[in-house]
Amino acid sequence: MAAVTLLSTRDLCRHFGGLRAVRDVDFDLPQGEIRALIGPNGAGKTTFVSMLCGRIPASSGSITFQGQDVTHLPAHKRISLGMAYTFQITSIFGNLTVYENVALAVQHRLGRDHAALKRETLAALARVGLKARADQVAGDLAYGHQRLLEIAMGLGQEPKLLILDEPTQGLSDGEIEEFIALIREVSANTTVLLIEHNIPVVMALADTITVLNFGEIIAEGTPAEIRANTHVQEAYLGG
Amino acid sequence: MKRALPLHLGLIVLLFALQFALPAYHHGNLARIMVMATFAMGYNIMFGYTGLLSLGHAMFFAAGMYGMGLAVTQLGTPVGPAFLIGIAAAFALSLIVGLLALRTIGVAFMIVTLMFSQTLFLTILYFGSITRGDEGFGIKQATRQIMGLDLSDPTIRYFAAWLLFSLTLMGTLWLVRSPLGRVLIAIRENEERARMLGYDTWRAKLSAVLMSGTVSGAAGAAYGVLFGYVGASFAQVPYSIFPLLWVLLGGAGTVIGPLIGALFMFYLIDLSSGVTDAYMLVVGVALVLLTLFAPKGMMGMVRERWLKWLP
Repeated sequence: MAAVTLLSTRDLCRHFGGLRAVRDVDFDLPQGEIRALIGPNGAGKTTFVSMLCGRIPASSGSITFQGQDVTHLPAHKRISLGMAYTFQITSIFGNLTVYENVALAVQHRLGRDHAALKRETLAALARVGLKARADQVAGDLAYGHQRLLEIAMGLGQEPKLLILDEPTQGLSDGEIEEFIALIREVSANTTVLLIEHNIPVVMALADTITVLNFGEIIAEGTPAEIRANTHVQEAYLGG
Repeated sequence: MKRALPLHLGLIVLLFALQFALPAYHHGNLARIMVMATFAMGYNIMFGYTGLLSLGHAMFFAAGMYGMGLAVTQLGTPVGPAFLIGIAAAFALSLIVGLLALRTIGVAFMIVTLMFSQTLFLTILYFGSITRGDEGFGIKQATRQIMGLDLSDPTIRYFAAWLLFSLTLMGTLWLVRSPLGRVLIAIRENEERARMLGYDTWRAKLSAVLMSGTVSGAAGAAYGVLFGYVGASFAQVPYSIFPLLWVLLGGAGTVIGPLIGALFMFYLIDLSSGVTDAYMLVVGVALVLLTLFAPKGMMGMVRERWLKWLP
């Protein structure tokens, strides 16, 4: 079965003043894959995915999602097309309840259907194990639970492409195990793009790994290939 | 909704019943307060629910008031249709101001709304030959009639103010429970996150400005009709600050907060000015105490401590 390309970029660049955070990135993400994006701090990973989902505009180059050029679409339209982005720095509605946070994610898809809204909101919460905390104020949750809430908001959108920016940061070992199982389950009908520093998580989940360094792709391949790649070891894994 | 609906309907019934119990003086006050609370509820849609702090809401109140008043005096329109013209004027102004002011955020947004409001005030003075400038103009008692009902009659005036207030209260309650209302609250809490959930936050904010400005304009038009006076003082800075104060005192982002705030402020001034000439000092101390001990306003505190479900 030939894989359909869900998302691709050509010559994608982003400058911040004189700093070239992302340079000439050609990137292809086949549908159904779990792709990990790794690289040292400051490699341009977050900048790159922020351009994908429209949080920041590209300086030059193009982004294609499901065959459509989305380079100049505002973020909310890209989200409506089926992207979801979970923030690296936890960004939730801290004064609203856990339920309301996820309901806002689900509501965009379902509109006024109250029964379905409630059902799917609770389902998304159940998947990350937060259902029992539905009525708590989100800002009162422990940090790890706030990370899980972010993921639940992503799941509630039922995206075609789920972009997770360092999702396991701050999670306990047990929660990481559950996270890995959850993402495997989600990947049955969602393409996942994962920025991750936790290498065991990457090795456990990723079909393919893309390595960024100084804003450029320096390697791409299966976990085994990346592990064997000497460039990557020099740049990132510490030789 | 199970608990919120009886509470708000109960408040409406209570206000309706009060007109039979209150002495004339308080009866008249309450009619005025209900119109001003409507103004504040309009303000609350933007400030309390969407997190947009306007310092120029007097312009919407005045747009409604002058739209109505000028239609009566210049075009000879009956007050019923003139009231609708006032609402339309406020809607048009909110559209223009929204489209321009929403290009800014935060402090710049406050300044831009303040600036537009001053512009309207100065425009009213500039066209003094029609608006009679500072002095303003009266709406003759003979013209203040809708379907044979004399709106200057205290009972009918109370009923009209009550009707406007009740419709706005129920409208606000419906709004904040609706999908759009949830999005407005999401914008207030974290606009970037709301956008990254796929919501067109700019469009949602524009609809908040439209609703807020139009409701405030309806209050202005009603004030002119019910109390028979249209004046430039209503377009000045104090009338931009009052709704902010009422909403802050009563509880920003609560449906009944604006009424509580307007009621409290009115009687605080009324009672303290009966006791001392330095009544503004009393008002000032009361405001400081409230800010210290109930920073979320009275209904905000009630919600935090007792009624978590309060919309």
